[in-house]
Amino acid sequence: MSAVIPLPRDLGSNDLAASGSPHEPRRARSPRWLDAVFENVTRFFAVLVFSLLAAILVTLIYGSQLTLDRWGFGFLWESDWDPVKENFGALVPIYGTLMTSLIAMLIAVPVSFGIALFLTELSPAWLKRPLGTAIELLAAIPSIIYGMWGLFIFAPIFQSHLQPVLIDAFGGVPGLGALFKGPPLGIGMLTAGLILSIMVIPFIAAVMRDVFELAPPLLKESAYGLGATTWEVVWRVVLPYTKVGVVGGIMLGLGRALGETMAVTFVIGNAHRLSASLMAPGNSIASALANEFTEAVGDVYFSSLIELGLILFLITTVVLALSKLLLMQLARQEGTRT
Amino acid sequence: MQRRAFIACLAAALFAAPALSADITGAGATFPYPIYAKWADAYRKATGVGMNYQSIGSGGGIKQITARTVDFGASDAPLKAEDLEKNGLIQFPAIMGGVVPVYNVKGIEAGRLRLSGQVLAQIYLGRIAKWSDPAIAKLNAGVKLPDQAISVVHRSDGSGTTFLFTNYLAKVSPDWKSTVGEGTAVKWATGVGGKGNEGVANYVARIDGSIGYVEYAYAKQNKLAYAQMANKDGQFVTPDDDSFKAAAAGADWAKAPGMYLILTDQPGGRSWPITGASFILMHQVQEKPESAREVLRFFDWAFANGGGMAAELDYVPMPDAVVRLVQSHWKAKLRDQAGKPVYLPVP
Amino acid sequence: MNAIYRARKRTNLVLLTISGFAVLFGLFWLAWILGTLFYEGGHALARATLYYQMTPPPGADGGLANAIAGSALLIAVGTLLGTPIGILAGTYLAEFGKRSWLANATRFLNDVLLAAPSIVIGLFVYSIYVAQVRHFSGWAGALALALIVIPVVVRTTDDMLKLVPNSLREATAALGCPAWKMILFVTYRAARTGIVTGVLLAVARISGETAPLLFTALNNQFWSVNLNAPMSNLPTVIFQFAMSPYQDWHRLAWGGAALITLTVLMLNIVARSLFRRTD
Repeated sequence: MSAVIPLPRDLGSNDLAASGSPHEPRRARSPRWLDAVFENVTRFFAVLVFSLLAAILVTLIYGSQLTLDRWGFGFLWESDWDPVKENFGALVPIYGTLMTSLIAMLIAVPVSFGIALFLTELSPAWLKRPLGTAIELLAAIPSIIYGMWGLFIFAPIFQSHLQPVLIDAFGGVPGLGALFKGPPLGIGMLTAGLILSIMVIPFIAAVMRDVFELAPPLLKESAYGLGATTWEVVWRVVLPYTKVGVVGGIMLGLGRALGETMAVTFVIGNAHRLSASLMAPGNSIASALANEFTEAVGDVYFSSLIELGLILFLITTVVLALSKLLLMQLARQEGTRT
Repeated sequence: MQRRAFIACLAAALFAAPALSADITGAGATFPYPIYAKWADAYRKATGVGMNYQSIGSGGGIKQITARTVDFGASDAPLKAEDLEKNGLIQFPAIMGGVVPVYNVKGIEAGRLRLSGQVLAQIYLGRIAKWSDPAIAKLNAGVKLPDQAISVVHRSDGSGTTFLFTNYLAKVSPDWKSTVGEGTAVKWATGVGGKGNEGVANYVARIDGSIGYVEYAYAKQNKLAYAQMANKDGQFVTPDDDSFKAAAAGADWAKAPGMYLILTDQPGGRSWPITGASFILMHQVQEKPESAREVLRFFDWAFANGGGMAAELDYVPMPDAVVRLVQSHWKAKLRDQAGKPVYLPVP
Repeated sequence: MNAIYRARKRTNLVLLTISGFAVLFGLFWLAWILGTLFYEGGHALARATLYYQMTPPPGADGGLANAIAGSALLIAVGTLLGTPIGILAGTYLAEFGKRSWLANATRFLNDVLLAAPSIVIGLFVYSIYVAQVRHFSGWAGALALALIVIPVVVRTTDDMLKLVPNSLREATAALGCPAWKMILFVTYRAARTGIVTGVLLAVARISGETAPLLFTALNNQFWSVNLNAPMSNLPTVIFQFAMSPYQDWHRLAWGGAALITLTVLMLNIVARSLFRRTD
């Protein structure tokens, strides 16, 4: 009955009493300028990150000055790559980069679409996460392993079993046949494109799955209510609704494919020659840099390689910026984060 | 307490480590890489000094030594005396070997195929596209040549091996000389590019019906089938250190300005037509004389003790007379920034 | 049942089956790649010599000790360099910049940098550092890796800090706490799991990167922890060994590749489970 429970109030008033009257402001323990210092330090690093992209661009332009002065835009469609006569042109590496990425996209986009469809509409709930994780594991595998596996395991099988079939089946077809001419090497543009497609699938599939899940269930239920099949709901309702995000995801995958180095260098064949055939070896910008950069002798050779790097940087930056804009637009539509 | 001890140990390891690390760095040709790596390993066991050699291609060796990012560069393509002067470099030969054509054709067993310089040039120009071509059949009576497409493998990087190969082809085929020419990196008419001698050997081993060119040690170590070649005297020779020695026998190093000497297409019944020396490049004026002395000490040791290891891999070590020439070259040309000679001959 | 309905049903069945095959297609490659990797690399990983012998000259037996140590050092230094910059920049974006034009532009450019080709980063570091000091070095390699770490950490720090409820911030402000103390002691602590996850993911990413090290750290045949000299590292060694014709080297390349993949997968799993625990 006489136990006095110290009320919070008592403690509070003790505190206040210790520092003076309740209305006297407590002296600030740390000076106000420390806040400003902290904010400016963080702002400094944010500006640093902001300027990183520009710094890379400027450095690459500076490094390719020699080639820019000598050939200007002509460098882009010159197919010659002659270190002896010091005549260089970017056409072959650019073609290789674009072609391998195109092959990769042609395979990866439908496959990723199928995977996203399965994960969102067909898969039972208990399977969704492990399946999603498994697909994302493909993205976690470092690219050098794709290259090694491609050269050691895939290319021999491709050379002995798959390429002859392709060459026999399509080599004679007028027009299309030009794509399949040549001896089966196992390595070459097609192999590089195939390996690239496997690398890119998890990126596109992950984005597609995320945007498919953003589609409002109300829309889907309405379509189901009208008797639509699952496929029709996805193809005619979900896809048109999320098409901006889907395109953004595809461009993200494209950006990845364009810049990939190690997977391509092992299997593309490193030949600075333009060829219509997919069976032929070629070169991509990234593989040309990886192979030749440490050994380029002569200022013009060196400057040409830097300009190749600049071209790659510009292409990927444009593609990635577009992708980001599209994905941001979708997020704004939804009011949610992508 | 534990954390502080751990950090102290880590710091000690990091700062003590330089005593264990490689003392000299070199970069360049893949042609001599097997023997340089072997020498470096043995030298380390003998003296504790590490020689870190990165085989990035002759082009890379020239570039890195010009940029002074390494202590010495290595190149199979010797620089002409004017280029040496322009960049303030000296060069000296360290080892000799041969470039051999290798092939992977199921129907032809190892060592049976015979080729001539002209036929090789036509193959690499893409004019001879099948193994059953009459030009090849003419040289190989009695061998069943399959009707298979020839997959050509060349180098994708700047290479002294390429220089020796194309130099030889330019000497024996005017067609080659006018179309492609010679150099450490050329505009190939056809084929797939492998990175380094290793890359070419790798591709030839994997691609059925392929032909490539590698330094002999790579063919031997990887059990690749190599072809016999017709030499200047019209004889067919098998590559081995006897035929390389025969080609090198007539070389007059004393008369070569700046030690520029190319040993392809040498006369002699037993000479291998694509023989060459591999050169070491160093700056005449050494900014780091101690490093330069270490490099010279390494090569002194290799000249004296490395002959056996070289022979095991079918390289040809430099004859004693040439070694003495090289050493006098060092004494005359290598100086530090004050002008004092760097080389201190071991008594 | 009319014909159109049957056709629609059929199309549905066919295309859904195809999508099932798409999943199997993806899983097939995953299984094949990981399967061969661990089959080939497993033998090499099981041999103890891999872990204490140095990279051998061609035709000899050896291990990957110098490459493993070099990689570990490069990754550690790269992460130590990149993480503080990334966290501080991310803090600015979430706490101070919020929705200002600088913050939004930085976020945009940061995401572009995140997906940029790593070989271009290598070119950049070569031009501004290696070419200036005139030698390859571990520092250059670590710098290139740091430049890859920064965008990842900025992004995750920004996202994680934004998840911290504002009521927490308001409560600390009400107690008279200055902004810098609030961020350091309250907000960071609340978001620390997420930030650590971000750092782990960045480490997983740079563990497998080869291209940025090709022209910066180069390679080294011997044991070296001297950051100011060329430094051995697993990815470059794998590249060199795999592109060679020597069987010994191929074995070591598979072992190194398996080691990197195990590390990356382990880091991913740890990061994921950490992150899930916060939900």
